Amino acid sequence: MSTHVSESESEADAATDQQDRPAAQQRRVEKKRERHEQRERASDSSETEGQTILLKVFRYDPEVEDKREPRFDDFHVPFKKGMTVLDALIYSRDHYDSSLTFRHSCRQAICGSDALFINGSQRLGCQTQIDDLDQPVRVEPLPHQEVVKDLVVDMEDFYEGMDAVEPYFQEENLPSDLEEQRQDRANREKIKMSTRCIWCGACMSSCNIAAGDNYLGPAAINKAYRFVMDEREGEAIEQQRLETIEEEQGVWRCQTQFSCTNVCPKDIPLTEHIQELKREAVKNNLKFW
Amino acid sequence: MTLHEHDVIVVGAGGAGLRAAIAAHEEGADVAMVTKLHPVRSHTGAAEGGINAALREGDSWEDHAYDTMKGSDYLGDAPAVETLCQDSPEETIQLEHWGMAFSREEDGRVSQRPFGGLSFPRTTYAGAETGHHLLHTMYEQVVKRGIQVYDEQYVMELAVTDHGDPEDRVCHGCIGYDIKTGNLNGFVANTGVVIATGGPGQLYAHTTNAVAQTGDGQAMAYRAGAPLQDMEFVQFHPTTLPSTGVLISEGVRGEGGILYNSEGERFMFEHGYANNDGELASRDVVARAEVTEVNEGRGYENDAVHLDMRHLGEERITDRLENIIHLATDFEGVDPLEEPMPVKPGQHYAMGGIETDENGATCIEGLYAAGECACVSVHGSNRLGGNALPELIVFGARAGRHAASGEPASSQIETGPSARTETSNVDAPVELGRVGADAVTDGGTLLDATPNEVVDHTLEQERERVETLMETDGINHADVRSDLQETMTENVNVFRNEAGLKQALEDIRACRERYQDVGVSDPSRTFNTDLMQTIETRNLIDQAEVLTLGALARTEFRGAHWRESHQERKDEEWLKHTMVAWNGGDPELYYTDVILEGEEKEYEPKVRSY
Repeated sequence: MSTHVSESESEADAATDQQDRPAAQQRRVEKKRERHEQRERASDSSETEGQTILLKVFRYDPEVEDKREPRFDDFHVPFKKGMTVLDALIYSRDHYDSSLTFRHSCRQAICGSDALFINGSQRLGCQTQIDDLDQPVRVEPLPHQEVVKDLVVDMEDFYEGMDAVEPYFQEENLPSDLEEQRQDRANREKIKMSTRCIWCGACMSSCNIAAGDNYLGPAAINKAYRFVMDEREGEAIEQQRLETIEEEQGVWRCQTQFSCTNVCPKDIPLTEHIQELKREAVKNNLKFW
Repeated sequence: MTLHEHDVIVVGAGGAGLRAAIAAHEEGADVAMVTKLHPVRSHTGAAEGGINAALREGDSWEDHAYDTMKGSDYLGDAPAVETLCQDSPEETIQLEHWGMAFSREEDGRVSQRPFGGLSFPRTTYAGAETGHHLLHTMYEQVVKRGIQVYDEQYVMELAVTDHGDPEDRVCHGCIGYDIKTGNLNGFVANTGVVIATGGPGQLYAHTTNAVAQTGDGQAMAYRAGAPLQDMEFVQFHPTTLPSTGVLISEGVRGEGGILYNSEGERFMFEHGYANNDGELASRDVVARAEVTEVNEGRGYENDAVHLDMRHLGEERITDRLENIIHLATDFEGVDPLEEPMPVKPGQHYAMGGIETDENGATCIEGLYAAGECACVSVHGSNRLGGNALPELIVFGARAGRHAASGEPASSQIETGPSARTETSNVDAPVELGRVGADAVTDGGTLLDATPNEVVDHTLEQERERVETLMETDGINHADVRSDLQETMTENVNVFRNEAGLKQALEDIRACRERYQDVGVSDPSRTFNTDLMQTIETRNLIDQAEVLTLGALARTEFRGAHWRESHQERKDEEWLKHTMVAWNGGDPELYYTDVILEGEEKEYEPKVRSY
């Protein structure tokens, strides 16, 4: 168990957790209200049921002559209640143009394959109801990443950022084969949101700093947070992790614009996590001073 | 033309594949993973409920084995079932030692909860997103070990020698299609290939499975000569959302969620489907109960019943099942804290798969399989909730270790045609198999070839296949696939009868014939998902045929397989495993014995009631 926080701070953390829960609940209620309002607006402006929706989809293929210049194609898709942007893309591909290319797999916001730029913001195609959007629906690949083809972007930079924070549990001092390490419920709660990351890359794409600079980005720093805050990892490795995230490409690049937090489809409070790591790093430096 | 050479090639990077790769690496092997998705995109991540493991005082692996055997309706093989239950505790704790974020008790130990068909609350979990945590934790370990991952590389076929008897064949590698570049790559495996490609959920229109779940591994192994076992046993999960098929975890019922029909009756009890266990009866029992309620006019719209968890209270729901709130809200527009969730059965899991022994070995030397694509068999005719994840880690690890050793090991379960005890004389209404002779490992020219020659030969064959598909100006595979899904959903579902199954075989035949006219219209070599999906559809056709043939032949009711005119389990006639062998394009149905003899006791078939 890590000993980096004093007794009173642990209690303070537990108290924050108690407050966090209503906050998470608050976010959920807020989201629901927004969605409800949007649906009302959408149903006022057009009776979507039984109608056709217009999808404007970014197309590009470096190998195909008439797709070398990026363009937008229109797809008219018959609307069904509950239809998501991913459903509409699949319909377009299977019925109109089998070369329409996008990543997707689970259809339930857990595989993280289909982060797209939908009507100007980063969202998962499968998690976005057509009903919640203004029309026409504009679908583009994630900005700030190299486009491979149509809606597919190169994710290598993202994966490299994740690898840079040593994204694996490191603790040598383990109990016997059949016995688990103990972890306090409050500590599990503390890392819970950070472990929800599905590597979709929406945060990275939304971040101005990551776009221009050599910056680890919110997802990788969140991954570091997940381990730094996990009491099961010892002090030495925590020390090393804090040094890594303090390096040039690390936490200090974040300018707290909250764009990552706003687009995260799993509601991870990314900016808060980055700020918390900044505080940990400062505390840590003072300790050795 | 590129050849990549490694000791062990793991195809697929979900739970079983990752665990196999780690195990092989720990044996000192040079391991590579070849996978059509990046590992964290794998569908293991969607598993919600948990991992059954006898960890606590008052529980034992013997009890877990008893529950599993009963749940399997006595079609599990005892050596496999006992291995699962004996190894699961250590494998589960291994995940904890790798940092997996399990839910915790007040004393800091990992939490366990009740699940359907279990005599002890032994389902170890991490919220309602256990699979997500398991997947990411194991991928972290793969990164830590520096194991090479060829991601977005679609394995199209296995490279196997073509001896007449599959038991004489050797698997030397596989052929990958690099999705990003369109290049074909040969992968040579010095000691073993492990298939861990997941299930074939895309055989059905309404499924909890990902779009990627096309059972490529089963189809490849089948055509290479490894039989597919017990494929007619398909699990339909009783609680999926009607619009999308998204899974609502059994954890909801484990925590106390209740099922109601449209007359407000708690039908599992009030209509006598499961007087003791009610909502927590085995999945097949609950799924049939729901469909019966709907058929008898007591359902809600979209053929649904209601699952209510409001009485559990917001605090408990948020603590243990928070993910369910998001799923129901995002994918059904229902807030489960305020109203019941509509649910209906959806295809969820394939009990059957590639025939393996308890070491993960198939009858082909050097070819192993683990996870949902394999049939060891631990689940028999019905899988218990919470038994899929332990299967991934227990048999993934075993397959990985054995693949690294490069030596055939002794086993209690026999594989291959020599294990045959009986031949079927089922009367199929149509011809089966062949039509295009693509991807058949016949020929007899490679008997004495070197591993590289075998891989090269297969690579050439696959290149021709790709070129043909690219050049053909044909119909869209999606039309064929949707016809296939339609007939499977209509005729090979929870309730089955002879006429429907025969109809399905005819429809599958029509799909196979139409597939000859399929062409890829995307001319690009870059990220050509059209080509990949066209090949997947071929794989689905092969599996649909095997599944339906086995279902037509099996005139009894066992576990997930129910027949209208044969509504009882017939042990004298049907206590046996279904095997279908590709047999060079001329599929053959036969049977092998079930092993009920355990280490210390015999599992006596009993009436399965809950």
